[in-house]
Amino acid sequence: MADSVAMLDGAPQIAAAAPGRSTRWDVARRLWRHRSFRFGLGLFAIVIAAAAFAPWISPIEPNKLAMRARFLPPSWDHLFGTDNFGRSQLARVVYGAQLSLMIGTAVVVINAVFGALIGALAGYFRQLDNMVMRVNDAVMAFPAVLLAIGVAAVLGRSTPNMILALSVVYIPRTARIVRSSVIVVRQMEYVQAAVAAGAGHWRILRRHILPNSMAPLMVQLSFLFAYAVLTEATLSFLGLGAEPPTPTWGNIMAEGRQYMREAPWIIAIPGAALAITVMALNLLGDGLRDVLDPRLRVQQ
Amino acid sequence: MGRVIFNRIAGAVPVILLVTLITFGLMRLIPGDVSAALGGISSTPAEREAIRKNLGLDEPAHVQLFKWYGGLVRGDLGRSHFLGKDVTQATFERLPVTVSLSAYSLVLTLLFGLLSGIVAALRQNTWVDQAAMMFAMIGVSMPNFWLGLMMIVLFSVHLGWLPTGGYVPFTQDPVGWLRSCTMPAISLAMLQIGLLARITRSTMLEVLRQDYVRTARAKGLPNYLVVGKHALANALIPIVTVIGIVVSLLISGAVVTETVFSIPGVGQLLTSAILNRDYPMIQGGLLYITLLLVGINILVDVAYAWLDPRVRYDGG
Amino acid sequence: MSLLSVRNLQVLFATENGEVAAVDDITFDLAEGEVLGIVGESGSGKSVTALSIMGLLPRPPARIGRGSVMFEGENLLTYGERAMRRIRGPGIGMIFQEPMTSLNPVFTIGDQIMETVRVHEGVGKAAQRDRAIQMLARVGIALPERRLDDYPHQLSGGMRQRVMIAMALICRPKLLIADEPTTALDVTIQQQILELLLDLRDEFRMAIMIITHNMGVVAEMADRVIVMYAGKIVEQAPIGALFRQPSHPYTRGLLDSIPSLADDRERLKTIPGTLPNPSALPPGCRFEPRCAWRVAACIASVPPLVAVEPEHHSACIRHGELAAR
Repeated sequence: MADSVAMLDGAPQIAAAAPGRSTRWDVARRLWRHRSFRFGLGLFAIVIAAAAFAPWISPIEPNKLAMRARFLPPSWDHLFGTDNFGRSQLARVVYGAQLSLMIGTAVVVINAVFGALIGALAGYFRQLDNMVMRVNDAVMAFPAVLLAIGVAAVLGRSTPNMILALSVVYIPRTARIVRSSVIVVRQMEYVQAAVAAGAGHWRILRRHILPNSMAPLMVQLSFLFAYAVLTEATLSFLGLGAEPPTPTWGNIMAEGRQYMREAPWIIAIPGAALAITVMALNLLGDGLRDVLDPRLRVQQ
Repeated sequence: MGRVIFNRIAGAVPVILLVTLITFGLMRLIPGDVSAALGGISSTPAEREAIRKNLGLDEPAHVQLFKWYGGLVRGDLGRSHFLGKDVTQATFERLPVTVSLSAYSLVLTLLFGLLSGIVAALRQNTWVDQAAMMFAMIGVSMPNFWLGLMMIVLFSVHLGWLPTGGYVPFTQDPVGWLRSCTMPAISLAMLQIGLLARITRSTMLEVLRQDYVRTARAKGLPNYLVVGKHALANALIPIVTVIGIVVSLLISGAVVTETVFSIPGVGQLLTSAILNRDYPMIQGGLLYITLLLVGINILVDVAYAWLDPRVRYDGG
Repeated sequence: MSLLSVRNLQVLFATENGEVAAVDDITFDLAEGEVLGIVGESGSGKSVTALSIMGLLPRPPARIGRGSVMFEGENLLTYGERAMRRIRGPGIGMIFQEPMTSLNPVFTIGDQIMETVRVHEGVGKAAQRDRAIQMLARVGIALPERRLDDYPHQLSGGMRQRVMIAMALICRPKLLIADEPTTALDVTIQQQILELLLDLRDEFRMAIMIITHNMGVVAEMADRVIVMYAGKIVEQAPIGALFRQPSHPYTRGLLDSIPSLADDRERLKTIPGTLPNPSALPPGCRFEPRCAWRVAACIASVPPLVAVEPEHHSACIRHGELAAR
C-alpha cells in the first residue's frame, strides 16, 4: 500500500495536502458528494415519508374489508390493487412500512446499546474478552436467519418477540465489530497517555474509546438495519411475525402467496417495497463506510 | 499443515459445546406450560403428563442437560411427535435434498460472483464496473423468497417453462433435477452472488495495487498471468474466508426457498416443524445445520491455510 | 549510439485539480555498460521517469504528454502492450525498493524466477530450473537448489533483494533499472547489494539506472548523475565533476546533507522547506522558494539547462557564482 503511493511519485502530493482530521461538516460534505449515499438517502426518505404519512396517503384502513372489491388489479382507484378480502394494498403496504421501520429501529437501538457495551467491555478488559468472545463465536456459529427462526418459534409470534429474536442474533455481530475497533483505539498513544495520567477506566472508555470506535459502529448499524428489516420480513413470511391481520410486508406476501397466479400484485408490491428499503439502507451503509471508515476508504 | 488442521478442529470444540448448550437452553425459553400448548386446551392432565415425559420436561434441569448430551453423543435428539420419527433420522433423510440445492446454488454463486467481481475490478470506473455493482447491489437487497415467487409467476405461470415446485432427485433424472432446481438455486444464489461480487471486486482492487503485481508486469508477464495467477492467487485468500459466510447464508436461505418451491429438504422440514410446534424437530434441525456449518468452516480455515504459505508453514 | 535515449519526456497525471506534470521535459542518455544515478527527494519524479520507460505507469491517471524514449534505436512510447512485454525482462529489467512486498507471497521464489524464463524463452522445465539455480548462485544465494522451493517469507530482506535481482537479470537485460534498491535494507546488506550490482554490471555488460535519494549510494555506484527536482532535471554531470563542482544550489544542499552510509534517515535536513505542490508550481525556477541563492530573475522565467563545462549541465542562472565559491 505504502508503495502504491510512491509509485505515483509526484501526483499524490495533492491528495496528501487535504486536511488530515475530518470535521463533522467535512464528513457531511463528503457524504453528500458520495453518489450512492445520496441515492440511498433519497430512497430511504421516501420510505420514511410513506410510513409517516400513511393515514394521509391512504385514508382507507389497512384492515377494512370490501368483499365487492376483491382481487382488483392496480388502477387509479386502487393504486396497488386489492387482495382476497378487498383490502386496499396501498394501505397495507404503507402501514406495513411503519412496522418494518419500527422493528428495524428497535433492533438498531438495542444493538447500539448492548452491542457497543459488550464489545467495549470485552475489548477494554482483556480478562472478560476470552469468555465473552467464546459465547459470541458460538452464537455466530448459528446461521443468523435460522437462529432468529428458532428463537422466534420458541417465544411465539408477536412483535416484541420478533425484536428480541433479531437482537439476540445480531448483538454478538455488533459486539465483535466494536470490540475490534476498541482494541485498536486502546493501543493508541493518547489512550496510553490517559492511562498513564491515572484516568479511571470508565472515564477512558467514555471519553476516549467509545467516541473513537463510533465510525465502524455507525457503518455496522446501517447494514444491521437492512438485515433486520429483511429478516423480519422473512420470518413473518414464514408465519413467525405479528399475528394477521396485522399488515407486515412478510404477512401480506404470505397471505398473497396462494393467489399469486390470479393476483401477483399482492406479493409483487410489498416485496418491491422491501427490496427498495433494504437497498436504501445498504447504499447508506456503503456511503458511511467509504467516508467514515478510513481503513476502507481507499477502496473507492 | 497437519498441525493447522489439528488446531482448527481443537479450536472448534468449545464452539460446538456452547452451540449444543445454547440449543438445549433454547427449548427452555418456551413460555408457559409446553404440554398445555402442545396438547391443546382440551387435553387432560394425563395427556399433558405424557407429553412432558416425552420431552423429558418432568426431570430436573441438570438431569435433562445430562441426558441431552448423552443423547447427542449417540445421535439421539428425541422424537418428532408430529412426524412420529426420530429427529436424527428425519433430518438425514432430507439432508441430501438441501445439500444438492445448496451445492447447485454455491456453484452459481462462485461462478457469477467471482467473475463479475473480477471483471468489475479490471474495468474499474467504467460502465461495466457500474453495471456489475448495480446488479450486485440489487442482489444483496432482494428478499430471496420474493425473487422465487416472482420467478414462479413469470417462468412457470406465464411462460410455462419450468415447474412451479417439487423436487426430482439427481440420481433419478438429472434433467428433471435441473428443471426442478434451477429457479430455486437462482433465487437462493442472488444474495450471495451480490455479496461475493462486491467483496471480490474490492479485494481484487486492493491486490492489483500491490508491489508484486507491479513486479509481475515488470518481468514482462502477459496480462492473463499477472491477473489470473499473481493477483488472483492472493485475492482468493480473503475471498475463501467469505465462502464460510456464503455457505451459511445459503443454508439459511434454503429454509425459505424450499418452502417457496415445495422442495422436501431440511428447510421445509423446519418450517413445517415451526407451524406444528414440533420443538424437538426445530431443536434438532437447528443443531444439525449449525454443526454442519461449523464443519464447513473448519474446511474453509484449512483451505485458507493451504492457499497462504505464510499460514501453512507457521501454523497460523 | 546510446542504449537509452530519453528526449523531452513529459508525464502528466490527472488529479482533482486538473492535469499536473510529474515529470517535465526530461532529456538524458545512457550508454551501454554505464551506471547512471538519478537523485532527488521522493516526489521529484525519478520513479515516474523509470516507470514510464518501462511502460508501467497506471493509465489513467498517468499519460505521456510528449517526448520519446529510444531504447536500442526504437521509441518505446510507440510500443503497444504486447511489444512492451518483450522489452520487459530481456530488454530492461527492474528491481524495486521493498523486497518484502515486491515478491509474491504465495508462490515459491523458484516459480517466480522460472516463469520469467518460461514466458520469454519458452524453454522446458528442467532448463528453467537450471537457469534459476545458476542465477541464484550468481547473486550469492547459498544452496540455491533448496532455496528454489522456499516462499519469500522464509527469506531475509537481503536475500529477497538478491532474489529480485536474480529475477530481473535472468533474461540478461541490457539495462537494469534499480529503484531505491537498498533503502529498505540494513546498512551492511546495502553495501553487499551495491557491490553485487557493480559485479553483475561488469559480468553481463549491462547498463544500470539507479534511482536513489542517497548521495552516498550515487558516489559508490554511478558514472554519471542526474539531479531531479519537482519533475525537472536541475543538474547533470559525471560523478567526479558533480562532487568537485556542484553547480546547482539544490545539488549543493544534497551534498551537504550526505550522511555517512550508516545513517540516511536524516537526509536533506539542511534544505529547508518541502517540494512545491505540482498543481501550483512556482512560475520561474521550481527550487526558488527554498533557495538560499535566489534573486529576482529566478522568478521571471524557468531557467534552462546550460553547459557549465563539457558534459556538465546546470539549470541555475547563478551557476558561475556557485562555482566560484
